Amino acid sequence: MRTVSLTVNDVPHEFELDPRELLVYVLRERLGLTGTVVGCDTSSCGACTVLLDGESVKSCTVLGVQADGHEITTIEGLAESGALHPLQESFHEHHALQCGYCTSGMVLAAVSLLAENPSPSEDEIRHALEGNICRCTGYQNIVDAIGAVAQ
Amino acid sequence: MSAPTEVEVGRAIGARVERKEDQKLLQGQAEWVDNMHVPGMVYLGIVRSPYAHARITKVDVTPALAHADVVGAWSGADIADEWQGSLPCAWLPTEDTNAPEHKPVAVDKARYAGDAVAVIAATSRGAAEDAAELVEVEYEPLPVVVDPEAALADGAPLVHEEFGTNRCYTWTLEEGEIDRLFAEADVTVSERYRQNRLIPNAIEPRAVFVTAIPANGEFTLWSTTQVPHIARVTLSGVTGIPEAKLRVIAPDVGGGFGSKLNVYAEEALALAVARMLGRPVKWTETRSEGYLSTIHGRDQVQEIELAATSEGKILAVRTKLTASMGAYLQLVTPGIPLLGAWLYAGCYDVQGYSFECTGVFTNTVPTDAYRGAGRPEATYAIERAVDALARKLGMDPVEIRRLNFIREFPAAIKAGLTIDSGDYDASLDVALEQAGYESVRAEQRARRTAGDPKRLGIGLSTYVEMCGLAPSNILGAIRYSGGGWEAATIRCLPTGTVQVLTGSTPHGQGHETSWSQIVSDRLGYEIDEVEVLHGDTAVVPLGMDTYGSRSLAVGGVALYYAADRIAEKGKKIAAHLMEVDEAQVDHVRGTFHGPETSITLKEVAFAAWTAHNLPDGVQPGLEETYVYDPPNFSWPAGAHVAIVEVDTETGAVELLRYIAVDDVGTIVNPIIVEGQIHGGLAQGVAQALYEEAIYDEDGNLLTGNMVSYLVPSAAEFPRWELHHTETPSPTNPMGVKGVGETGAIASPPAVMNAIVDALAEDGITDLDMPATPERVWRALEEARR
Ligand code: FES
Ligand code: FES
Repeated sequence: MRTVSLTVNDVPHEFELDPRELLVYVLRERLGLTGTVVGCDTSSCGACTVLLDGESVKSCTVLGVQADGHEITTIEGLAESGALHPLQESFHEHHALQCGYCTSGMVLAAVSLLAENPSPSEDEIRHALEGNICRCTGYQNIVDAIGAVAQ
Repeated sequence: MSAPTEVEVGRAIGARVERKEDQKLLQGQAEWVDNMHVPGMVYLGIVRSPYAHARITKVDVTPALAHADVVGAWSGADIADEWQGSLPCAWLPTEDTNAPEHKPVAVDKARYAGDAVAVIAATSRGAAEDAAELVEVEYEPLPVVVDPEAALADGAPLVHEEFGTNRCYTWTLEEGEIDRLFAEADVTVSERYRQNRLIPNAIEPRAVFVTAIPANGEFTLWSTTQVPHIARVTLSGVTGIPEAKLRVIAPDVGGGFGSKLNVYAEEALALAVARMLGRPVKWTETRSEGYLSTIHGRDQVQEIELAATSEGKILAVRTKLTASMGAYLQLVTPGIPLLGAWLYAGCYDVQGYSFECTGVFTNTVPTDAYRGAGRPEATYAIERAVDALARKLGMDPVEIRRLNFIREFPAAIKAGLTIDSGDYDASLDVALEQAGYESVRAEQRARRTAGDPKRLGIGLSTYVEMCGLAPSNILGAIRYSGGGWEAATIRCLPTGTVQVLTGSTPHGQGHETSWSQIVSDRLGYEIDEVEVLHGDTAVVPLGMDTYGSRSLAVGGVALYYAADRIAEKGKKIAAHLMEVDEAQVDHVRGTFHGPETSITLKEVAFAAWTAHNLPDGVQPGLEETYVYDPPNFSWPAGAHVAIVEVDTETGAVELLRYIAVDDVGTIVNPIIVEGQIHGGLAQGVAQALYEEAIYDEDGNLLTGNMVSYLVPSAAEFPRWELHHTETPSPTNPMGVKGVGETGAIASPPAVMNAIVDALAEDGITDLDMPATPERVWRALEEARR
C-alpha cells in the first residue's frame, strides 16, 4: 500500500492504494465518479479518457500511484458553475452521442485536442480521435461538434 | 444549459428535436450496470477453456477455494443442479433442427475457446480473477473444426457427437419453376461470396448484477441487455425462478447492435450464485473476454446464381447458404441467416426464387444477431451478383437495375411476402445525381487512359430490406417461439405531465425523444412534459424489446394507438364535463372542443383523477395501453453509392465519397434518423474494408482483442452524404418504417462493388471482404501472373 494524494475535479484526496490499482478504478470505485468508464483491456478504446494536468490520458493505463501529486479532471468536473462546457453543449446540439458510453472520453479527448490546437481542420480532428472508438455514431457528428467549437 | 428545444406543440413529428437523453450522458451521470456496488457483493470470475474442443477430464476448484477472498467455486458438474433447462434458443427453424443442450457451465466437453468450465465468487474483482487462475482443469484436446463447409465434410470432428453430424438444420424456400427458368435462360451467373465473421463491439462491455431477497425467493437482475422482457421469460426457464419473482432491469445500456439481444450464461450464473450464496453478485466482462463469450455475427458461405435474358432481365435467383452457428445455439442463432431468406432477389422482380440454408456447428463462439442480421448478407449477395451479371452482359450497373426494379406496390414478391411501398427509381435518381455518376465515369476512363495506377471505382447498392419485427403470426409460421407485438402505455398524471411506458428498451436510439414527439404531436403535451419509462420489467411489464429496427415501426405505432385511446376516453369525460353530447366534441391535440367551450386534456386528466364527476361506467384515472401487432414487416429501401480509389501498387483502398439515399417512410426525428444511418454505414463499411474475426485451424481466435481486431476510428471514414426520399408505409397510420439497420445492410455491397468496378479491367472480380490492402494486393499479384 502507498499513500497517494490526488486532486480530482479541484477536490484534494488522499488514498492508501495497492500499487496495482488503476486510476480508472480509483475514480469509479473509490470516488464514485462513474462517468469515467472502461471499454477495453488493451488501451484501445479511449472510453476511460480523463485529463491529467489538463492533458488527456487513458485512465486504464495509468496506475493510481502514478497520478500521485497530479490534478485529474473527469467528465463530472468539466461543467463550470452549473454551465456545461462548450464541447458538452456542442455534442448535444450536433447529436454527437447515441448510447453515450464513449462520450465522456470523447469530450475529454476533444478538450485536450482544442487546448493544443485551437483550430484543427476536419482531418486533424479525425486523426486526433484515433484512440477513441465510438461504435454508434459513425463519428461524423462528433467531428462536427468539435469543429463547431474550434471555429 | 441550452435553450429548451423549440417545437411547435402538435407538430412535433418530423422536427429536429434535440435529444432528451443527452444531459445525463454528457455529464457522466448515466446508470451503467457496472456502476452497481452494494455491501456484501461478490464478483464472479469465469474459468474459460483455452481449447476450442476438448474433453474435460478433471476440474478441481479446491485451490481456488483456499484463496482468502473466495466465497465459492464451482465446476460445471457442481453447479448443474441449479439449472432447470438449457440456455434458450427461441428459433429452431425446422422440426428436425439439432438443438444441443447448452448449460451455462460446460460439464464434459468444451466446444469453443472461451466455453466456461468453472466459476468463482470472490469479494473483489482482483481476487475473482486471481482465483480463476488457481482452478485446475485437465483437458484432453480433440480435433477441431472452424470452417462451416469443412464441418459438413465426412469425417469432420463432431462438435456434438450425439447428432452424428455437424448439420444443425437445412431450411428451404422455393417458388416458381426454377429448373426451367435456369435451363431456358440466355445467360446465368454463378457467384460465391464469403461473409466475414464480425465481432459486434458495443462499446460498453457486458455486465450483470443481481440482488436477491432470499426469504421471498425474489431476484432482481440488472443486465446490459437489449431484451429485459425476453430475458425474464427465458431466465425463469433456465433457473427455475418463477417469472413473477424475477425482475429484470436494463438501465443505461452502451450500445448493442444485436450482441445484447441475447440471453447469456453469465446472467444465469449470477442468478444461480446469488441464490446459492444469498448475496449480491456482479460480473463484468473484459473486452478480450467478451470476444470469447459474446456472440459474433455473419460467418456464412454464399452461393448465388442468377438466370437472365440476354437483355438483362433477371428471371430467377437461386441461393445456397452454409452458415456457421458456432458451437451452440444462442437465442436466435439458427434464425439469423433466415432473416435474409426473402431478400436474395433484392428489389428486383423475378419469376423464380430458390433459397436453401444449412446451419452448421463449428468450434467457434456462437453467431447470432449483428446489426442487420441476415439482411446485410442477402443484400450483399444479390447486389454483387447483379453487378456480375451486368459485367457479363456488358451493361451499366445502373441500367441493369432499372430494367429489373419492382415498380408496383404493394408488391407480392416471388419469395412469398408483400413489400408495403417503395419507389426505387426515385432513390436511385437522387443518388446518381448527387454522386455525379457520369462525371465519375468520365474520370474513371480518363485515369485508365492515362495509365494512372490509382484506379477509380463507383459502386451501387440499391437495397430493400424487411424490418420492424414482426407480425406474430408470420413469426409463428417460421417457428420462432415469441411474438412480434409491442406495448405502449400512456398515463396522464393529474398535475399536467404524462408518463409513457414502452416495452421497446433503448440503448442509444433516442426513444425518449422520439416517443415524446409522438405524444406531443398526438396529445398536445410539451416535449418536456413527457417522461418515457423503459427497461424495467417491474415498471413496464409488457414488452418485446429492441432489435430488428422494430422500435418505431412497432413500439412507436403502439404508442400512436395508445394516444388514440387516451383521446377516446378523454372525450367521454370532456363531453360530460362540458355537458354536451360526445358526438359534439372534437379532439385536436390535447384540447377537447365543444360547441361553446373547450377543455384541455390536462384538465380532463385531473378530473379523471379526482373522479368527482365522471360519466356512468367510466373508471377513474386516465391511463391506456395498446398492444400492437404489425400486419406486415416494414420495407425500407434506398440507393447507396460508394466511390473508391484503389492503389494498384499497394492494394490500398480509399473510400473517397459515400452517398446514401434512404427511404425509411415518415421520419419522426431527422437528427436521430441521420445518426442511425451514420452508425450503420460505419459498421457496414467496416465489414467491407476492415473487420474480420479470424480463427486459426486449432480454433484459437487470432483477433482476440481490440488491438488485433480493427474497429475503425474517425480517421478511417469519409463524410457521409445523406439524402432521403419518403414513401410512407401504408401499413401503419404514421407511415413509418425502421431505420436502425439500413446503413449496415446497404453499404458492404456498395463498397465492394466500387472496388470491383475499379479493378475489373485488371482482371479482379472475385474479391472477398474485408478488402484489406493485403488482400487486394494479393489479388492484383495473382491477376498479373
Ligand atoms: S478502457 Fe481505457 S482505452 Fe479502453
Ligand atoms: S455513442 Fe455509443 S459508443 Fe459512442
